[in-house]
Amino acid sequence: MTQIVNMKGMNKYYGKLHVLKDIDLSVEQGEVVVIIGASGSGKSTLIRCVNGLEEYESGTLKVDSHILAPKGGNQKTLSEIRKEVGMVFQSFNLFPHLTVRKNIMLAPMKVKNTPEVVANATAERLLERVGIGDQADKYPNQLSGGQQQRVAIARALAMEPRLMLFDEPTSALDPEMIGEVLDVMRELAKEGMTMMVVTHEMGFAREVADRVIYIHEGQIVEEGKPADVFDNPQNERTQAFLSRVLSH
Amino acid sequence: MEFQFQFDWQAAINAIPYLAKGIPYTLMISFGGLAIGFALGILFGLLSINKKWFLRWPATAYIEIFRGTPILVQVLFIFYGLPDLVGGPIDPLVAGIAAIALNSGAYISEVVRGGVQSIAKGQSEAGLSLGLSRTQTFWSIIWPQAFRRMIPPLGNQAIVSIKDTSLFSVIGVGELVRQGQVYIANTFTAFEVYFVVALMYLAITLSLSLILRLLERRGIASI
Repeated sequence: MTQIVNMKGMNKYYGKLHVLKDIDLSVEQGEVVVIIGASGSGKSTLIRCVNGLEEYESGTLKVDSHILAPKGGNQKTLSEIRKEVGMVFQSFNLFPHLTVRKNIMLAPMKVKNTPEVVANATAERLLERVGIGDQADKYPNQLSGGQQQRVAIARALAMEPRLMLFDEPTSALDPEMIGEVLDVMRELAKEGMTMMVVTHEMGFAREVADRVIYIHEGQIVEEGKPADVFDNPQNERTQAFLSRVLSH
Repeated sequence: MEFQFQFDWQAAINAIPYLAKGIPYTLMISFGGLAIGFALGILFGLLSINKKWFLRWPATAYIEIFRGTPILVQVLFIFYGLPDLVGGPIDPLVAGIAAIALNSGAYISEVVRGGVQSIAKGQSEAGLSLGLSRTQTFWSIIWPQAFRRMIPPLGNQAIVSIKDTSLFSVIGVGELVRQGQVYIANTFTAFEVYFVVALMYLAITLSLSLILRLLERRGIASI
């Protein structure tokens, strides 16, 4: 099996605050890893380190075949990593001045010099795939939250990433729109996409994840198959967290 | 003795052709200066938010100096002071354009800085995460959005600068006010002439407001 992400002894600080503590984590190709934990536990920071949106202070990080050095080191591999890693944000972050179509076409054309006709065909195919083929010429603010997030997924997929990062993709959505986004993610997982997902959707985690990781105060305290983590958590912190989120 | 003032319409109308000769100069100084000022504003506005202190500090110094001193002093300095340094007279038109450029450039720098900083961080994160370079992210994602927000304050600055050119009568540029002063010296019809001068400024600034409003509406429609 090919490793897509490999973190060893990774540490990150915000000033004096130690936000990631000795993280050891690897993700295999095709694996879906769901990261859960309370807010402020460092789970978002963890996946934001993978594509260099956050720098880390010590340890090692390898994404696919590229080593990403810690803060202050040589980060020339960053552009290569970002071409291979797609990311979906909590607040969608679509480009409001561009149509949905252009949102998706921008990166392939600018980064990979994909010809416009090809990028356009890709955009239409991806929009069809996420179920909004008829919205290509609208602007993002003309779409619902669920639709916007599906566009954001399509936009990331247009770069043909080897790994997709999801940073609480449904947290900003109205309840009735969460399902449509999770459906797209479920499809993606089924097709073999390697995914790291930070989420509070425990049902999704249980159903789709190959592995669930529980982070507490910047540390991985529990890791395993969803059935094991959810039904038989070993660490008392995991037990406490799960009893809080699963009881209501 | 009874004093009764009457607005002399004939005097006002007679003054128009002579005053109108000042309009090209007013426009030339305003828009020549503003064009350069816009370029300076983009340059120094972006430098002023650069992470590198040796780029940020000079830009901040420029902005503070030209925002913090009167434009009248600036133009006097350029026209009367600089010749001592460069060893030759400076054309008043050039001095006027330079003063508007440097002065509006400082204000526009702040407009640019504010516009760029108003765009949410998530926008650049989205661009970077898609593999775009910092430069690509800036010019294809941040700048187009920031520029739209900059249109109203830029229009405001253009109107301020157009009116500022009226001060340049002191260096003898034949702009609107200067033309008025010369004309009054011969006809003693100050009330009528300055009334017409004021109307001419108003015609210029109102046309600009109108154009800007149309631009803004188009910009907003496509967001």
